[in-house]
Amino acid sequence: MLTATDWSAIRLTFELAGVTTLLLLVLGTPIAWWLARTRSAWKGAVGAVVALPIVLPPTVIGFYLLVAMGPNGSVGKLTESLGLGVLPFTFAGLVVASVFYSLPFVVQPIQNAFEAIGERPLEAAATLRASPMDTFFSVVLPLARPGYLTATVLGFAHTVGEFGVVLMIGGNIPDKTRVVSVQIYDHVEAMDYAQAHWLAAGMVVFSFAVLLLLYTLNPTGRRRA
Amino acid sequence: MSDSGILARFRLDYAGFTLDVDLALPGRGVTALFGPSGSGKTTLLRAIAGLERVTAGRLSVEGEVWQDETVCRPTWQRPLGYVFQEASLFPHLDVRANLEYGQKRVPGAASRVSLDQAVAMLDIGHLLDRKPGGLSGGERQRVGIARALAASPRLLLMDEPLAALDMARKQEILPYLERLHDELDIPVFYVSHAPDEVARLADHIVALQNGRVVAAGPLTETLARVDLPIRLGEDAGVVLDAAVAARDEAWQLAHVEFAGGRLWVRDQGLPVGHRVRVRILARDVSLARAPASDTSILNTLPATVSACAGDAHPALTLVKLHVGDSPLLARVTRKSAHALGLAPGLAIYAQIKAVALIG
Repeated sequence: MLTATDWSAIRLTFELAGVTTLLLLVLGTPIAWWLARTRSAWKGAVGAVVALPIVLPPTVIGFYLLVAMGPNGSVGKLTESLGLGVLPFTFAGLVVASVFYSLPFVVQPIQNAFEAIGERPLEAAATLRASPMDTFFSVVLPLARPGYLTATVLGFAHTVGEFGVVLMIGGNIPDKTRVVSVQIYDHVEAMDYAQAHWLAAGMVVFSFAVLLLLYTLNPTGRRRA
Repeated sequence: MSDSGILARFRLDYAGFTLDVDLALPGRGVTALFGPSGSGKTTLLRAIAGLERVTAGRLSVEGEVWQDETVCRPTWQRPLGYVFQEASLFPHLDVRANLEYGQKRVPGAASRVSLDQAVAMLDIGHLLDRKPGGLSGGERQRVGIARALAASPRLLLMDEPLAALDMARKQEILPYLERLHDELDIPVFYVSHAPDEVARLADHIVALQNGRVVAAGPLTETLARVDLPIRLGEDAGVVLDAAVAARDEAWQLAHVEFAGGRLWVRDQGLPVGHRVRVRILARDVSLARAPASDTSILNTLPATVSACAGDAHPALTLVKLHVGDSPLLARVTRKSAHALGLAPGLAIYAQIKAVALIG
């Protein structure tokens, strides 16, 4: 069955995915709103940057983040001057990396949901005395709910499944950065296939359950995946 | 400023389209913004609402400046009501919450229409707990109108509220619109390209063509102009205010009286004294030098020719007449006009084949 280190990896994985998803919902909303509404010439470029993690190998993202967040990188110098130390090989570093890595999986469903709402409900709200901020919370968010559900599930599940970025940024420190995917890798390296099976099968069941939930709760919402 | 009424001046350039209007409109009654599609009537309405950004614009409503060179209030700070062509209800809210949406955003002191009043006026009490998705098109539009009213607008803007509905649904909504007109003291701008709606609902008319105002004024006067640049063709005609004067139960007819004479119409059960509008289309009026005695036509009125003008078809001419103080339009062939020697000042008999009671 599962060992204490396995359980520790599972707990860490869910913590990482939870924190990352919450951050992404907050950060992704204004990005998605801007992408859905803007007529700026920058829309294409920003959209492409957001989508980059879909096509880039995770090691590439991990490599650049490692360099940037290291003691000689720009982000690293900033965090050191703020007294936060450097982020690589910490849980915070993993969160930052995961936010980049899972960004498109949160932004794109929300953006699609915003675009599907169209102009008319916003105009109707304005003629009924709702300020733009008021309209956002009373009309846009409720109408974009299916998009948020998809974004939450995909952001969470995608973060749970990351491996390459974690290895590059976080290494393999028990209780700090060793997540389930790394733990499975360790079991296999140690030829401990039985332990690897328990965790790997657990991941399969978890992923299936999550997608089943998504498709059941959200049968008509737009989604990618 | 103490100007009553609504002053609107807008200039707006799009690729291939210019809206350029300067209007002084009454602050009461229904003003129809009328014209063919592409004439700019919806754009004008959206500019008044602030939904269309117009840099060169001035707008004041009963002395209150909504927009000029220095200020431009965003839509949500203009105390208006807007009814879209499709009701555009919020799908995530039930009917009651849709109605409350605007109402609860109006400060108490500015609230002039209660929710109950709006519900009663549009007769939607039985729909309050339903979601918009489960309503018929006509019901949705009634809720849309009530929602706009519940926000206590100082100006109600309606953008072809009936255009997306079929004939039966239109007939369902029209009485409610008439009721607004009769019971509420809120000026209404009503965009339409349908002459029958305009005839039935409007007190004033602004005719637009290619982004410019081609005629504006009280409905009766404006519709009776023979020089109206918009060719109405089959729809040309006049609208007269009248009242039921007598009822003839033996023949199921009613006598309605207008400034200038009386007309027989089919009795629709309206009581004596009831105010009605009658619409007489130019194509239903023929002319004779002497009153015909052996004819099926009931309504023959002595009239005076006041003007003649060309019609949409070169074979026809549009003749403006006066019956007492009321105008009348007749459409006859140029051949007949020539044979009768029609000229301004000529006394003649107008034979009216059909009179439509509207509202």
